[in-house]
Amino acid sequence: MNELLLVVTIAGERVALPSAAVESVVELDTLIPVPRAAGHVAGLSALRSRVLTVIDCMRSLELGDTDCSDGIREAAVVELDGHHYALIVDLVEDVVESLSEPVPVRAAMGPGWERVSVGMVETEAGPLLLVDVAALIAGSETKAAA
Amino acid sequence: MDDLIADFVAECREMLEALGGEIVAWEAEPDDRARLDSIFRFVHTVKGNCGFFEFPRLEALSHAAEDALADVRAGRRVPDGALVSAVLAIIDRIGEMVAAIEAGEDMPAGDDSALIEALAPGAEGAAAPVVTTVAEGGGKASAAPRTIRLSVELLDRVMSTVSDMVLARNELARRLRESANDVPVDGAFERLSSIIAEMRDAITRTRMQRIENLFVGLPRMVRDLSAELGKQVLVDIEGGDVELDREMIEMIRDPLTHIIRNSVDHGIESPADRLKGGKREIGILSVSARQSGNQILIDIHDDGRGIDGKRLVEKAISVGIVEKGDAAQLSPREQLALIFEAGLSTAKEVTSISGRGVGMDVVRSNIERIGGIVEVDSKLGEGTRMTLRVPLTLTIIPALTVSISGQHFAIPRSAIEEIVRANGESVTLEHLGGAGVATIRGRRVPEVSLAGILGLESQVDAHEQTLIVLRPSGGDVYALSVDRIHDHEELVVKPAAPAVMATGLYAGTTLADDGSPILLFDPAGLAQVGGVKLEAQERTARIAQGQTEVVSKATAVLLFRGLDGGRRALRLAVVDRIEEVPVSAVKSAAGQLRVQVGEAILPLAGASSEALGDGNIRLFRLNDGQHEMGYAFAEVVDFATIDNEVIHAERPGEVSGVSLINGEPAELVDAHWLFANHVGAAARVTEQLVCRLPSDDPWMQNMLRPIVEAAGYRVIGEEEEGDADLVIAAQGEETDAANAIYLRTEPEPKNKKDDSIYRYDRAGLLMALKSAGGGKGK
Repeated sequence: MNELLLVVTIAGERVALPSAAVESVVELDTLIPVPRAAGHVAGLSALRSRVLTVIDCMRSLELGDTDCSDGIREAAVVELDGHHYALIVDLVEDVVESLSEPVPVRAAMGPGWERVSVGMVETEAGPLLLVDVAALIAGSETKAAA
Repeated sequence: MDDLIADFVAECREMLEALGGEIVAWEAEPDDRARLDSIFRFVHTVKGNCGFFEFPRLEALSHAAEDALADVRAGRRVPDGALVSAVLAIIDRIGEMVAAIEAGEDMPAGDDSALIEALAPGAEGAAAPVVTTVAEGGGKASAAPRTIRLSVELLDRVMSTVSDMVLARNELARRLRESANDVPVDGAFERLSSIIAEMRDAITRTRMQRIENLFVGLPRMVRDLSAELGKQVLVDIEGGDVELDREMIEMIRDPLTHIIRNSVDHGIESPADRLKGGKREIGILSVSARQSGNQILIDIHDDGRGIDGKRLVEKAISVGIVEKGDAAQLSPREQLALIFEAGLSTAKEVTSISGRGVGMDVVRSNIERIGGIVEVDSKLGEGTRMTLRVPLTLTIIPALTVSISGQHFAIPRSAIEEIVRANGESVTLEHLGGAGVATIRGRRVPEVSLAGILGLESQVDAHEQTLIVLRPSGGDVYALSVDRIHDHEELVVKPAAPAVMATGLYAGTTLADDGSPILLFDPAGLAQVGGVKLEAQERTARIAQGQTEVVSKATAVLLFRGLDGGRRALRLAVVDRIEEVPVSAVKSAAGQLRVQVGEAILPLAGASSEALGDGNIRLFRLNDGQHEMGYAFAEVVDFATIDNEVIHAERPGEVSGVSLINGEPAELVDAHWLFANHVGAAARVTEQLVCRLPSDDPWMQNMLRPIVEAAGYRVIGEEEEGDADLVIAAQGEETDAANAIYLRTEPEPKNKKDDSIYRYDRAGLLMALKSAGGGKGK
């Protein structure tokens, strides 16, 4: 019930990530591309001695590319199956408490959002879409077209 | 309570493992009190604990075994085969029950009373099979070192913290270089650096485990196997103190078990067959481990019937693995290598022990998966030797960093066969229908461009590129063209995220010294994505001119400072590893400096007895494939490549020439001259040396003779004609030879004049054998 949520902005939309899954919020500077990897894998970055696989959330949601050329990007670091990922977001806003269990969203969303959605949760900041981190990391395509 | 039970289970398991070897050794030597004591201790501990935990069946079993063993300890009873088997059976049952407790299951069903009855004196048991063990160190029971339990997770955390620390240090070093130099700060920083380096070493070692843990169960396994098969096998285990990453130990457990099962089942003949073949009826299976550079070598050698290469070939043809035409071209080694093909077995009948020849292919693929190699060597009728070569650890691998369009990548060095320039003299690059073909010294190799595979733009003209000839494990060679080659580095590799692995190109990720991530390539994956058709086996790689000597254009050398301060370079390939020994291990013997490293005595170059000083000296251990020698040095400067012209020395000597390396002149040490002058001379002379051993002394013939022969002597008996250069005799016997070694059985000499050698003083014996040979040489 009282789960804490991290409110972030992806593609101009405010969504919530379960904050238990998020280890930290970092600013990425260097980004080493991974040739031939799936499109939503933006590259690799290092956080202290750990290698982070950087996920471009916009690409994962099929909403276009995040422009990484201007240098520093904000990202949420999550761990999944022993690997660390950095999810590139537009903005990290706040941590809020959830006031309800997620309920299905009954209106039609974009196909990308549909795939990663867990449901809608009520918070003090109004209703937010709760996002499934694993689905975000998996991306829309299993393999990049070469 | 659950915690207590978990502790009890863990303790039992540990003791059970350690006990496996002890109990068989005890059977061979029932009077061995130390071993009896450790077995007694085990059943006693189990009994005490299960009373507390209320495991009545366990208690009854251990109680009965304890009683019987107590009788033996008190001398009321003599241990025989039946008793040993009964005790073994009880320990096995205890093991099963402990496993059940651990899994939280019910106790295995069954009645224990038969087991307990078998303990009674005069009870009928299975006839005891004869197996003896020659454990390292002879009669001493292995005392468990003091240990505590730690979770691997905690270790990993410490390890990654240390890695962070190294990165922070690098960062600090960069900042310090930029700011003004302050001597005291630099000094303090140097100290911090060395402490961190030491700590990193120590932490790396915590992941290491003695390979003994793997070997300790072998005597028991062989005992049970040979009993089942009615064979007699003597197990000889050596090198249990070699250390290996604990995950690696788990990875080689199954392949090793499989090879040993095969050896006992198919290799070693039944006692009757062995006698017919003129062999001793007890077969010998020796398992040894040693470290060589970054690899661990595990040898499994049996003196059984060997592998029939011709039969293997016939079989391979009949099941269609090899074409008849190709089969005729196979070298003996390639014939033997067929044993690793799937679906091949020369065993006439299928047995329950090692199955039907599915297996060796699995052994090979398992070993190759962890970056290792399996080799087989066999002589028909004389035995088989299997050698496993595995890397020291899974996590640190030597790699070459390369770059393409400004981005760095790493390639595991084990897969690299050679490195050539695309515009080199002996290299031509052609394109046939878009596919690249490189001809390197007459050998045609498929060529792929890394830029093409990755979809990047190369910044370098095709003819300025460097070709890396790669041989993925178990596959055929291909050449990969890259923009630039950077450095040899030892990288700590971690698995990459699934999304990255899905490309099939990468084997993992790692961090460079400056903290930026680098991707490590999987050479087989590169080939696959690049569209190179890799033939499954090396044998199809017959090439126009055969494989010529591999000389890479850029020769890798080790740059170091000698004891006299000279800047020198040695070819990397001849350096086996670096050792540090106390100066007292260096002695002038038989005409030259020699150094004792472990149990070996090596000729030492690069030093004179005056220049040594006190404390420790460091030396390269050089290896020419047959002989080893040491070369003393002060410090290693760097890894480098010779890419400038070499100005050759006028006269042959220790230094073959001078070249600019990293912008400064360095002397190139001539390894050939070193071996020719330090080892070659000795080897030439000792070839003709003859040593006379008393032929009626079994100890001399069985134990000493191999050592003498290994030292280069031809051994003759007393009755044989001919002059002997050296006579070895027991102390107290007279010989008329000028050169004689007398051996005594007591460790301490009788008096001061006593110049005999204690017969188990191996280093002393070797030194005496060497100096006797050296005396003749002058």
